[in-house]
Formats: sequence, structure tokens, C-alpha cells
Amino acid sequence: MTLEVRKLSFGFPGRTIGSGITFTLARGEVLCVLGPNGGGKTTLFRTILGLLGKHSGHIAFEGKGIEHLSREQIARQAGYVPQGHSAYFAFSLHEFVLMGRTARLRAFSSPGRIDRDIAQQALESLGIAHLGDKPVTQISGGERQLALVARALAQEPQLLVMDEPTASLDFGNQVRVLEKIAALASGGLSILFSSHDPDQAFLSAQRVLLLGEGHAQEIGAPKDVIRSDTLERLYGVSIRIIETENGERACLPSLRRSGGH
Amino acid sequence: MKGLSAYLIALAALAGLVVLAFAVGRYPISLSEFVGLLLSKMGASHRDLAPNVETVILQVRGPRVLAALLVGASLAAAGTAYQGMFRNPLVSPDILGVSSGAALGAVLAIFLSLGAFLVQMLAFAGGLTAVGLVYWVGSRLRGHDPLLALVLTGVVIGSLLGSMIALLKYLADPYNQLPAITFWLLGSLASIAPRDLAIAAPLALAGLAPMLLLRWRMNLLALPDDEARALGVDTARLRTIVVTAATLMTAAAVAVSGIIGWVGLLIPHAARLLVGPGFGRLLPLAMLLGAAFLLAVDTLCRTLATIEVPPGVLTALIGTPFFLWLFALSRRSW
Repeated sequence: MTLEVRKLSFGFPGRTIGSGITFTLARGEVLCVLGPNGGGKTTLFRTILGLLGKHSGHIAFEGKGIEHLSREQIARQAGYVPQGHSAYFAFSLHEFVLMGRTARLRAFSSPGRIDRDIAQQALESLGIAHLGDKPVTQISGGERQLALVARALAQEPQLLVMDEPTASLDFGNQVRVLEKIAALASGGLSILFSSHDPDQAFLSAQRVLLLGEGHAQEIGAPKDVIRSDTLERLYGVSIRIIETENGERACLPSLRRSGGH
Repeated sequence: MKGLSAYLIALAALAGLVVLAFAVGRYPISLSEFVGLLLSKMGASHRDLAPNVETVILQVRGPRVLAALLVGASLAAAGTAYQGMFRNPLVSPDILGVSSGAALGAVLAIFLSLGAFLVQMLAFAGGLTAVGLVYWVGSRLRGHDPLLALVLTGVVIGSLLGSMIALLKYLADPYNQLPAITFWLLGSLASIAPRDLAIAAPLALAGLAPMLLLRWRMNLLALPDDEARALGVDTARLRTIVVTAATLMTAAAVAVSGIIGWVGLLIPHAARLLVGPGFGRLLPLAMLLGAAFLLAVDTLCRTLATIEVPPGVLTALIGTPFFLWLFALSRRSW
């Protein structure tokens, strides 16, 4: 089991945001977390990565409890793709991705040729190798999102935690990221990602976690969990699920008309 | 290698400046006298030189040139580390109060009529204590961005130390102590003795060693805290090491030279424009440029006029327009 989360309660010191979260993630499995703004998706991810202390419950990577793992050990297990990145200094894209190698280096060493090759491969696999010499401060938001994924891949993790990886991307790039997720998962990587778009769960996830009002409202296969009633409860708007003749599903919101003729 | 030419030019400029600094002054020394002394000291030649030449080179200008190199390189290195760590190119080495602390220590020693050696020791200890205090208080302000808490604590405690300096100046004997205090606060390399260097150099090197060893990880401090930690860096521990190292370097420099502003702010910025933000490349170039810059400034200070110009005044005069120019040049990214 790549990741195991049991009866997790999380939040900030003195303020619990969510509780009762239980799920496991096997090798090559994709889990999508859906939930409204402020529902605790980012906080849950930060807790799973050990960036924020858990309140209670159990988190384990490959069977080893997170409290027994150093930052470096966690970084070798899990790559983090945060939601957006503010670049302060003009590191080149290649240097930026190379930073993903840090947990694989000894404390006083710098990346060597092997590390550079791995960073280069990560850039190539995301189709941004041609930008390698460009400063991260001068690339577009979509390119930066891909660079963050490349950096996480350079960590050579078993698990990828992606916080709204398609936010701020145009439609084409959104689809490309979803394709990348599918490709990485079929290569054996476990993926945990959050989204505002339930359709993405239909497209790329084996399982969905609905996170609202601070607790896991439901977890299971997308077609079982993503229903009109669950989405209405989660987002407070009415949504129909439509199905094509091939069995593919999509969500269609029904807009409430106020007044008018 | 990227920026190799920048290194070569900086090295050549530094070498030229060193020769020039030995040559010019109230007692001019020719290049042949300078080389002759170096050769005879290495046992390669036995040319007789006027005893004055040896005294000027070894006792007067030698320590002063070395001090300018040491102080310039130390301030530039500390500034480079802090600008990366605080993710802000407007940060200078005294942001956490090392200069105010050193100043209070020195002023207190002068006020108590202690000797020159104790003035330096108290300045060094004052710098370390001030930063220790800022760090201790700043890291206890939980629930805030740790860097912001540090900076704000630094500002507040720095201003408290400033008021204590003001009080000591007010109470000091206006004929003997007050001028000495004013001179110290202006900064000067005029009265450097070889012994000062023997104490300051090892301390500065002790601060430099962790920066060199951790040069790769230093880059990750420029990322948002969460990202650096998710990449496997214990940022709290690394920051403690950086603050300790930078403080050691700055306090050692300030203890021998007094407060000389602008070097630690301007030089890392200029070096970054030449070789980019990668710390491993940036640090050595910033140190070369810092050493060259302060040596040039100090040489001007003792040759411009019949009286010595305080170097802090000159660095500000050069620094202000240069910085504004760099700022206009660099547009939005660093």
C-alpha cells in the first residue's frame, strides 16, 4: 500500500478542519478529492505530506507511520505539486526542476550528471524541455504548472500529491495534465489530486473522495459516488449526471432562473 | 561554464586593485619595490629596499588591504545568504540587528573607557547577542510567517538598541568619548592591526564554511517554505544554520571595521545580475566583488583628501545611484 490514511483528523493548531478521513491508495491508483472552496482539500494534502501536524489518526507511507519519517524520507516517497507557485528568483527551469533531486543528495553535495539527466527527462516527459534555460519568472502560468509536475517527478516518488493541478490552465492544458496523470498512473505511480471539476474524476480517477463540511462525505468509485444528490449536498447547486451511449459520464449543472420572462 | 568571464574579470580587477592599493597613498610605492619586497620575503631575491618601504607595505598598508578584502567579502557573503533566505533582494546583512547589536557593544565599551581590544570583543559579542535575541523572540511568535516574524522582530529590537546607543551618546563625555563613538559608528579601516585580522579571519571562515557546504540546499530556501520542506529540506534547521553563519561573518567584519553600509546590499544584487540566483555560483562571485568594491572604496577614502573620508559615506554615495540603476535594469525578476 503506497499510502494509508486512517481516522485522520486535521486542521490548524486549535482549529479542527476535517475529521474521520479514511482511505488507502494502492500502487498505480488515482484518487480524486472533490469539495467546495474552503472545504479543506489543501489542508488535507499538507497534513498527509507532514507539512502540517495531524490532530489524530494515522498516516503511513509503505506501511511506515509518518511520525517516524524525516522530511527527506517523506520527499523520497511523495512528490508535491502545490497550487500555483510564486517565483521569487530567476532560476532557470532546468535548475528549478533539479531542486526535485535534493532529497536524493547527501547533505553537503550538489546535483551531479545523473541528477541533471533525471531533471532533463522530467522536463522532456512534460514537453517543456525547450524551455530549460528560461527563467521561471518569465514563463506562463500553464508552463509553470508543468514545471512543478516535472520537479515532483524528479523526486522519483511513489506517490504524487497534486493540489488542483488544472486550476489556471486553459482547456487544452487541462486535458494534457489529465492525460499525463493517466500515463503516470499506468507507469505505477499512485496519484492523489484535487479538483473543482467532477468530470475530471470521471475521466481520470478510480476512486473519489467527497470532502465537505470537514469530513469525508463519501468515498468510492466515481460512478457510485458522483450522483445528483451527493453533488447537490456538496456544492449546494443542482446538477444532473448524463451518460453517453459508451457509458461515459459527465456533470451538467441546471441553472436556476431568477425572475425574468 | 556560465559566468566564467564574470569570474575572470572580477579576479583580474581584484588583483589590479590590490597592487594599486599598495602603491598609492602618502608614501607612494613603485611596482618594482612592491614586487621586490614580495620576492625577498619569499627568499627569491636579496635586493636591499629602504626600511620605510617594508614598514609601509607590511605594517601599514598590508593589514589595511587584507581587512578591506575580508570585510568586503564577509559582508557580501552574508548579504547573499540573507537575500536568498528572505527571498528579497533588498535585504542587507544587518536586517536581524547584528550591526545595531555590535554598535551598542562597541559604544558601551568606549563609554566604559575599555581598550581597543575590548571594544572589538564587545562589538562582536553584541552583534551575536542581538541576533540571538531577535531569533529567539521571532521564532516564538507562532502563527505568523516565520520570515516575517523574524524581520519585524529585527526591526523592533534594532530600534530599541538604537535608542540605547543614543542614551549612551547622550551620557558620554563630549570631549573624549563622543568623538570616539562617532568615529566607530561611521566605520573605518584606518587603525587595523595584524592582530585584529588574526581574530576576525578565522571567525569569518567559520561562518563561510557552512554556506559553502550547504550551497545547493541554500537555493531551496528561495522557494516557498512548504515547497522546500516537501522537497526534503528541514527549513527551520537550515535557516538557523544560515542565520548563525551570516551573523558570525558580519559580526567579525563589523567588529574590526565598524558599520560600513551598502556592501552587503548592493554587491549580492550586482553578482546575481551577472551569474543568476544559483547560490553555488553566486557566493564566490559576490565575495570577489565585495572584496574588490570595499578595497576600491577604502583606497579612495585614504587618497581623495588630506583627511580620511569615512568609507560608509563613500559606499552610500556610490551605492545609491548604482542601486537605482540596477533596479531599473533588472525589471521584475531577480
